[in-house]
Amino acid sequence: MPSHDVLVIGAGLAGQRAALAAAEQGVSVGIISKVHPVRSHSNAAQGGINAALNPNDSWESHAVDTVKGSDYLGDQDAIEVMAREAPEEILHMEHLGVTFHRNEEGKLGTRAFGGASAARTYYVADITGQAIMHVLYEQLMKYSEDVARYEEWFCTSLAIDENGECCGVVTRNVADGSMELFEAKSVILACGGNGQVWKPTTNALICTGDGIAMAYRVGAKLMDMEMIQYHPTTLAGKGFLITEGARGEGAHLLNANGERFLEKYAPNKMELASRDVVSRAEQTEINEGRGFPDGTVALDITVVPKKRVHEALREIVLVGRDFAGVDITREPIHIKPGNHYTMGGVKTDIDGRTDIPGLYAAGETACVSVHGGNRLGANSLLDTLIFGKRSGRDAAARAKRTEGSRPSRKVLEDEEAMIADILAREKGSGRRVSEIKLELGQTMDGKVAVFREEAGIQEALDTVRRLKEEAATAYVDDHGSIFNQDLLGAIELGYMLDNAECTCIGALERKESRGAQYRTDFPERNDEEWLKHIDLELSDDGPQISYSEVTITQWEPEARTY
Amino acid sequence: MAEYTIKVRRFQPESGEGPYWEEFGVELDPSLSVLDSLLQAKDRDDGSLAVRCSCRAAICGSCGMKINGQSGLGCKTQIGEAQELADKKASASGEKVENAPIVIEPMGNMPVIKDLVTDMESTHWTKIRRVTPWLLPHGEAPEREYIVEPESMIDITQSMACIQCGACVSSCLSMEADPDFIGPAALAKAYRFVGDPRDAETVERLHDLANDPHGIYDCTHCFSCVDACPKDVAPMDQIMRLRRKAGENGVEDPNSGHDHEMAFVKIIEKKGTLDESLLLQESFAPGLKGKLKPSKRAIKEMLGSLPTAFRGIKSGKMRSLPKLIPGVHHKLPGNAQDEVKAIYAHTEEHNEEFNLYIKGDEGELAEIEAEEAREDAAEAAAAPSASEETPNG
Repeated sequence: MPSHDVLVIGAGLAGQRAALAAAEQGVSVGIISKVHPVRSHSNAAQGGINAALNPNDSWESHAVDTVKGSDYLGDQDAIEVMAREAPEEILHMEHLGVTFHRNEEGKLGTRAFGGASAARTYYVADITGQAIMHVLYEQLMKYSEDVARYEEWFCTSLAIDENGECCGVVTRNVADGSMELFEAKSVILACGGNGQVWKPTTNALICTGDGIAMAYRVGAKLMDMEMIQYHPTTLAGKGFLITEGARGEGAHLLNANGERFLEKYAPNKMELASRDVVSRAEQTEINEGRGFPDGTVALDITVVPKKRVHEALREIVLVGRDFAGVDITREPIHIKPGNHYTMGGVKTDIDGRTDIPGLYAAGETACVSVHGGNRLGANSLLDTLIFGKRSGRDAAARAKRTEGSRPSRKVLEDEEAMIADILAREKGSGRRVSEIKLELGQTMDGKVAVFREEAGIQEALDTVRRLKEEAATAYVDDHGSIFNQDLLGAIELGYMLDNAECTCIGALERKESRGAQYRTDFPERNDEEWLKHIDLELSDDGPQISYSEVTITQWEPEARTY
Repeated sequence: MAEYTIKVRRFQPESGEGPYWEEFGVELDPSLSVLDSLLQAKDRDDGSLAVRCSCRAAICGSCGMKINGQSGLGCKTQIGEAQELADKKASASGEKVENAPIVIEPMGNMPVIKDLVTDMESTHWTKIRRVTPWLLPHGEAPEREYIVEPESMIDITQSMACIQCGACVSSCLSMEADPDFIGPAALAKAYRFVGDPRDAETVERLHDLANDPHGIYDCTHCFSCVDACPKDVAPMDQIMRLRRKAGENGVEDPNSGHDHEMAFVKIIEKKGTLDESLLLQESFAPGLKGKLKPSKRAIKEMLGSLPTAFRGIKSGKMRSLPKLIPGVHHKLPGNAQDEVKAIYAHTEEHNEEFNLYIKGDEGELAEIEAEEAREDAAEAAAAPSASEETPNG
């Protein structure tokens, strides 16, 4: 049985940062990822990473912007930690080798981003996430004796001992199909978000909510699962992301009449208002007939100087050219709001600890909560690094003071039986996994998106519960051991359905409009009744609802305008 | 929506059978990708069809494959374009020219695990680790950031844009001949450190890569990796930069690669065409000093090269013996040699790195500007067209 003090599941930014931070404490560390680490979805974060590093800026200002951006649902103790530690972390990344953009003096330079009162976004062209992640992977290669890498291993379940503490994880080696039970004193879930529950989405095919579902299944609390961000600028149909950096560089949003419509919605910040605000403005224009016939509005990047576009938005030039057939330096590109980010997730404290001793969560899998109802652009990379680091350190400290316990073989046998059951289903005995995924994605995008109302959410929930039953008999074509992606897809579908059910329950429960949750039947924010987190816990009847306080340190809720 | 046939090279390792071809009929919009077509086949027809994929947007680097024989990313190749190429290839070989199957194969220069999934660990990643792929700064880190030239960061960002998809490795002709060649991806990665002013081991890295017989001088300049790279990293350009830096830093390489390059440059500048009689000597014992006092190594290298030269003469690849007598070489007609010198002077004056992150594609930009000027003129003459419809918006 492979054994490590700290085992990290997921090797994007949060996971790699957690592994490196834990290894610095001198404990044995393993990192497991269902794909090769550099394929992780942190790659897709284009625009940059926030930090109040400039002498004219302050962590308080960054924190205030984040609190306001969260529509006051963010926990202010956690936001303070993130904003305070941000500058040091950016410098640490710079020292490791990230090729951050420089100003004329050769110092770190910034760009403007949405919802921020200062230009505090540090970046590498528009490949910031990719650049940081590849540099972290360089460090994993450097410290390969300290961090064991299990690349292309898929996790099916967490192991919990008789004291209710997390003690390991069951995995399947994708390359040969062998099942392995890993023993660990601390397990950190850093598996990303659940964007694939929606179709279309900006998220990669691997973003199936694995960590959130695995934690939920062993009794960890989930929090604010209704808070799902729709990014204002995604390509219609395909869901590809156009970075907020484009608007940061000065691009305009236009409706079909050529009007800069944000004048009506956010007269001060215009295109750089919070994402929920901009997405709602776009959707309103589209719904009221001022969009283009394909259900979009236009992003006009031609107003940005060409040299600057090539230097700072190169990736978007390629995305426009290769995926939309549009030269963004010459003509506006059609965009719409699209599923992008999971603000909710596994409930943790500021050290990544979940309700289950020994189980941690970080990054998009976790809900600390620093993003509350709406995440600000360029705060997600920061979240992954800060709370990845903190989880890694705390997980190592726990491993040092804990004896640990051996996970029971039963959990491995259960998983082997689960897989044998899927493989035993005969072709045609149920629906295809791909069909169920498509119906799920379209249902969620239709009914649990930018605008929501009770009847729609209820329909979505009913559909999800029917799909859960159908998934139990869905068959796969591949019955082999080596690279059986078909089987892994069936397991991922189960994760996705658990995520979807929790989002629907949260969205039904929150009878107000806050951040990304806009209920047309409850269009106002209601601090009296709903300035609180919605926590969900697994029970025999599905997710059980409870509430927890929002931590307010110094910023009382105010009306939110941009 | 259009119908296509994709012809996939499959290998099911547990079947006991060898590789085989299988055709799938798919229906999709021509603007969708080859990866979309594979996923459709997988979703509808055969879930056992194995292909690594994740982002669908050319960021994660999972779906490297060969499409109609060309290495690239499945998600970045539009199915409509792939069809055009398939038809063109079919017509060139005299087969049917419409709706020829789009041929999809796993990447080259790597063992195949299953269908389109290759073993990148034993090839690509092993080579990446060969170049000490992490920053090696000197001493303690500064309290704040390292202060560096802004252009230096933009310069290495072209290498940082690499997504490790392996398409360049798949297409590399040198690696076909020498599987130990460090290769385009790993050497582009090496430039990311050599070009990084924060790295303190620049010269050591260059020595290492120049002295390895499978290192920077193993590249044959064929441009395959430049064509294959989906991210405009242009790995060969990064290898050439490594060679140039090696030369600038006085790094002696066992193949005299840098001097050999410079020999071509010098001879053409002087004579306009290649005077093969001078090439050997200039490559191994350059200049007057080399002629008068060739080093032992130079003499050994020159003598060692003679059999190759004789074979060249015998097979007609080199000119006949009398023409190889130094001084017999013909001159360019008229003032052509002056024009050659003018080209050299112009190149010297415009000695700039071609880097997309600094300049964008210059050709493209110039074209855009010219077109804008024309449009402005047209607008002045007539009312502008209102259509802003994008093809797939």
